[in-house]
Amino acid sequence: MTHDVAVQITGLHKHYGSLHAVDGLDLTIQRGETFALLGPNGAGKSTTIEILEGFRHRTSGAVSVLGVDPDHADLSWKPRLGIVAQSTAESDTATVRELLTLVRGLYPDPRDVDEVIASVGLQKKASTRSSRLSGGQRRRLDVALGVIGRPELLFLDEPTTGFDPEARREFWELVRSLQDGGTTIILTTHYLDEAAELADRVGIITGGRLVDVGAVDAIGGRDARRPIVRWRDAAGERRTVVTDTPAAVVAELSTHANGEPRDLEVIRPSLEDIYLAMIGAESKDAA
Amino acid sequence: MTATLTVAPEHVARRPLPSPGGVVGQCLRQIRFEITNYVRHGDTLVFTFGFPIIMLAIFTSAFASQGTIPNPDGLGAGLSVGAYFLPGMVAAGVLLSGVQNLAIDIAHEKSDGRLRRWGGTPMSPFVYFVGKIGQVVVTATVQTVLLLLVARFALGIALPSTAAKWLTFGWVWVVGLAASTLLGIALSSVPRSGKSASAVVLPITLVLQFISGVYLQFYGLPTWMQNLASAFPLKWLAQGMRAAFLPDGFQQLEVGQSWNLGQVAIALGIWLVVGLVLSRLTFRWIRRNA
Repeated sequence: MTHDVAVQITGLHKHYGSLHAVDGLDLTIQRGETFALLGPNGAGKSTTIEILEGFRHRTSGAVSVLGVDPDHADLSWKPRLGIVAQSTAESDTATVRELLTLVRGLYPDPRDVDEVIASVGLQKKASTRSSRLSGGQRRRLDVALGVIGRPELLFLDEPTTGFDPEARREFWELVRSLQDGGTTIILTTHYLDEAAELADRVGIITGGRLVDVGAVDAIGGRDARRPIVRWRDAAGERRTVVTDTPAAVVAELSTHANGEPRDLEVIRPSLEDIYLAMIGAESKDAA
Repeated sequence: MTATLTVAPEHVARRPLPSPGGVVGQCLRQIRFEITNYVRHGDTLVFTFGFPIIMLAIFTSAFASQGTIPNPDGLGAGLSVGAYFLPGMVAAGVLLSGVQNLAIDIAHEKSDGRLRRWGGTPMSPFVYFVGKIGQVVVTATVQTVLLLLVARFALGIALPSTAAKWLTFGWVWVVGLAASTLLGIALSSVPRSGKSASAVVLPITLVLQFISGVYLQFYGLPTWMQNLASAFPLKWLAQGMRAAFLPDGFQQLEVGQSWNLGQVAIALGIWLVVGLVLSRLTFRWIRRNA
């Protein structure tokens, strides 16, 4: 294990009785990298994350997080992590500043409370009780609590669920500033544009296994990214051609049709299209 | 959101500085945090903190016309109904501050994600529990002192006049509160959700108060109910408090015509150990297999 590797997972299994929530997962995440874990609900994302965070014990396999096995970690390992869980705590009676001050005191080398409050844009809410914040503001507080300890590795589990578009963009800016600062980030999200925006690499998990890992613009392989040309023929039928040469197809169409082909589109599959095709294929395999 | 949050360059070999004030500082800040949290919960203030005081005031006023309960030894002075029930209210306060307060508080914390959030920080379970125990000790102390002040100065109830009686009060209070605190932590794992926490916990503490001699004279209860109550700690806590607050002549009304402080100590001690074992076995930062 070198200092360049933040997370190393080999042959990870987690069984609940006959249910194999994680079923042979291998993954290496580099230091400084932002890795997005994508997958439908119940695919094993949260279980994998919770094993990495030390909340759950694995059935078998090897796991190293910042060079430490989470199952045998002591309290000196925890300050190196920042954890933003999927669920948001709702009924804190403490204010934003009180919570951050308390949690700050648990870390050996924490960030400044005011600096963190400013970085998540909660300056005007610093003296507001957490239970009186809006959902989006409370999520920002979660993130603030996750980064106050100056973590080397930050877990963001569906961080922007329930955000309006503007809040999401502001959140992305915050994540970029953490990336610039050298923080390794593991992100789970249902928003594929968020993964495309933030992640260096994405991994698609379904049925407890990683079905693909790669850079956002390479995931799914070449075939999954071939452009699609769609139009309506003279009889009004929908026609679809998948091709490496969409311009040639369009040129030919326009020569043969008398004038403009109706409803002509050239589509490059988005990460979302590729993702849906992959998890769709996987669930058919399983059936 | 413009500030850049940088990781310290020495992050690979971080200096192992302890946090400000070390574990003691963490514990003190945690206790202060928990007490603030307690005070800001209006329902806790009424149903846990204020309840024994409110009930004592109601009992004293409602039964004011019934005169005194004569001393069974036929010699000493009798007691007003309020004075007779004061030790029960002190015992109930101890039970509510520990069991009811913590069981509901921790169940809420678990179900709404706050407990999991603590688990994601370097906070040790030790600091977390010191915070809870500190909250219980401080709030129960204030509650008992207020209850005694109200009893003495607003309701005119005489308090114990000998050091021996106060000593009895002291150890019963301490052991009873320790057992209640641990049982509250253990009971917090029973409710399946934060919403059901009050519905699960309140009936338990309420029934215990009725069968254990808090609101009804224990000697007037049917034997089977007395036996049932003897299986739980509140009956012993209330009995120990009666030994501290009532004239010794009143021990003729007790089971076996004696305060039986030895049995009180044993019963509360057993419940303390049960609470310790159960809370140790059941506590998790997150629900298993959730």
